[in-house]
Amino acid sequence: MNEIESSLPNASLNDGVQWTTVGGVQVPVELLAPAWPDPFLDVEEYDPDGDLMVLNMGPQHPSTHGVLRVKLVLDGEICIKCVPYLGYLHRGVEKLCERLSYVQITPIVDKNDYVSPMTNELAINMAFEALVGAEVPRRARYIRTICAEIQRVGSHLLWLGTFGLDMGGAIGGGGSIFMHTFRERELLLDLFEDLTGCRFHYNTHTVGGNRHDIPAGWADKAVKVLGIIGTRLNEYEDFVRDNHVFRARTVGVGMVDPKLAIELGVSGPVLRASGVDVDLRRDQPYAAYDEIEIAVPTETGGDCFARYLVRVAEMRESIRVATELLGGVPEGPICSLKPVKLPGAVKAKHGRGVYTAIESPRGELGTFVVGNPERRQSAIPYRCKIRSPSMHALQLLPYLCPGNNISDIIVTLGSLDPIMGEVDR
Amino acid sequence: MSFENPWVHGLVLGLIIANVSLGITGYSIWFERKFAGRMQSRPGPTVVGPWGLLQPIADVLKLMQKEDITPASADKGLYNLAPPLTVFVVLSTLAVIPVAPGWIVADLHIGVLFALAIGSLGVFPVWMAGWASNNKYALLGGMRSAAQSISYEIPLLLSATVPIILADSFRISDIVDAQLGGHWFAFWPPGPGMAAFVLFFLCSLAESNRIPFDIPEAESELVSGVSTEYSGMKFGLFQLAEYLHTFIISLTAAALFFGGWDGPGENDGFVWMAIKTLTLFVGIFWIRWSYMRYRSDQLMAMCWKFFLPLGLALVMFSALWVHLV
Repeated sequence: MNEIESSLPNASLNDGVQWTTVGGVQVPVELLAPAWPDPFLDVEEYDPDGDLMVLNMGPQHPSTHGVLRVKLVLDGEICIKCVPYLGYLHRGVEKLCERLSYVQITPIVDKNDYVSPMTNELAINMAFEALVGAEVPRRARYIRTICAEIQRVGSHLLWLGTFGLDMGGAIGGGGSIFMHTFRERELLLDLFEDLTGCRFHYNTHTVGGNRHDIPAGWADKAVKVLGIIGTRLNEYEDFVRDNHVFRARTVGVGMVDPKLAIELGVSGPVLRASGVDVDLRRDQPYAAYDEIEIAVPTETGGDCFARYLVRVAEMRESIRVATELLGGVPEGPICSLKPVKLPGAVKAKHGRGVYTAIESPRGELGTFVVGNPERRQSAIPYRCKIRSPSMHALQLLPYLCPGNNISDIIVTLGSLDPIMGEVDR
Repeated sequence: MSFENPWVHGLVLGLIIANVSLGITGYSIWFERKFAGRMQSRPGPTVVGPWGLLQPIADVLKLMQKEDITPASADKGLYNLAPPLTVFVVLSTLAVIPVAPGWIVADLHIGVLFALAIGSLGVFPVWMAGWASNNKYALLGGMRSAAQSISYEIPLLLSATVPIILADSFRISDIVDAQLGGHWFAFWPPGPGMAAFVLFFLCSLAESNRIPFDIPEAESELVSGVSTEYSGMKFGLFQLAEYLHTFIISLTAAALFFGGWDGPGENDGFVWMAIKTLTLFVGIFWIRWSYMRYRSDQLMAMCWKFFLPLGLALVMFSALWVHLV
């Protein structure tokens, strides 16, 4: 052992640099050491005396955004290790998709990401259209894009409100911002109600287009509502962005390393806040995004405040995009297929798989569908896998928590914007 | 108002002041809910009575009907003692604060010290509740409360020393008398007086666990902090103590820094005292509904690195001021 070490050229030359051997090649330890804490820390080894406290946060907790359970190993209030436990909201959506026909699945996936159902519908139907080879008329593509953008505003508004709750609690300043963002979200839900008849689970997208056309006067109303929200966003900026406490709680908290984020498959605002300029709306346009210029806001901070800035900038951009599109919705049919009368109306006659992805408010929402070539089963997908962005964002948690105290963990978790319905599916 | 027998005086006046304060506290909850409602563009309580005026009574009735739970693993004695003790500690502060000329339960010659000493006892019931609940969230809340109280008590005392030096007395009625004729300590000496008031106000907010310093409660982090395991009227007592404490802070600040019952025009003192106290009271609500919560280490850093030097500087300044002016 000693012979080997002394025979290595640099071992004695660079004092202070620790070397190690990986696969026969000598490399400095600091190159190997990751810039983030070890999420798989052995607690027994770290703390043989058992002085640490284990706190099970959730699944019943006001700030775990649903039914996430986070097992925290705490030294005082400082987290040593964090293990998220998922699956409390698992409803077997993917398995259910293997029993339902293509046209029946849309209302099911509405409940996945229950904060932005429109983008769920869009994602799954895009995959089905690619599978069965259905065209989408231009008018339908416009309506889809407008809905997706309005939904993005609504989703980010909800995030901003709940983020305030995470920091201030329901009784206090956080509650105030929550109430106001929900007031604005209400306007958007009213818009969707006028369009589809439902406030939450719309079931408006279908294979080959949309089921509901824009009613008379809806476009003007939507433009007006978006204008109102645009001005109210300025109020929130005054209320939150320059709030000393808000800054103290978010700046420098929950730093996400872009390298780590890419490794874990994180996408959406979380990745863009770390300085990675990726947006599927611009990079691989779908629906009507190829007809409009999208500005992608990015921040280099990587902390909770950067994520807040990115989401607010995205809201403004979405308002602009939706307003612009509302002005030029083309005439024409809204669905390329005949109105569906029976569940078996849409069939895939081959067993190939397709993967399509959209930019949901939380990131890359992908769908992988395999058709069933068997004649009796051809209206039912063989396999339907949903790649949810929240799931991947949540993987960051064990890396972000160690070294922070409980307050920061709550804020970090909130800033990742996980929707448990989508994580567990 | 006064009686010759000090026992009768203390009992009668104490009963009146304590009950009026409790009444004000109860209705301050109604007012705060209305106020918060307006801030959040919603109406607040409207159902029980006209403008929801009977809401506090309904709340208390509801709390009293709730099941009184004592966790099996809790330390029963301490667990049950903590809620009444918080209210007791807070109420006893009222004894030395004059609400109008002559309207004081016990005009102690160390009134300010008594008020501050009793006020800082408030951390013990909170810590008791956190420890005795045998709940991890409650324990963390109690720990935070203890850490917080160590940090803010010193600046609080230092800021209260400023009016003591300026008035040359520990007796609160003397301090108020020294301000008669518009020489309010918040404005005179100009600048430092206001700084001392702001310091006192912020530290008192920390003492009463109000936003932005409601770290021991922190319902988004610690579920409900020290009161996690409490139900029914025991929980209600914690809430009552919190609101009562807020009211007493406003009362004390009005007496120490805003001249108490001093004001233009002939009056018996109640009017101006009430106006000042309620203005400060509303200010606390306003802060509560517009700010989020600091992290515990940020609060401590602020207290030790900023409030403490500021408090020392203010004390030295007021000593110089008294000597020179």
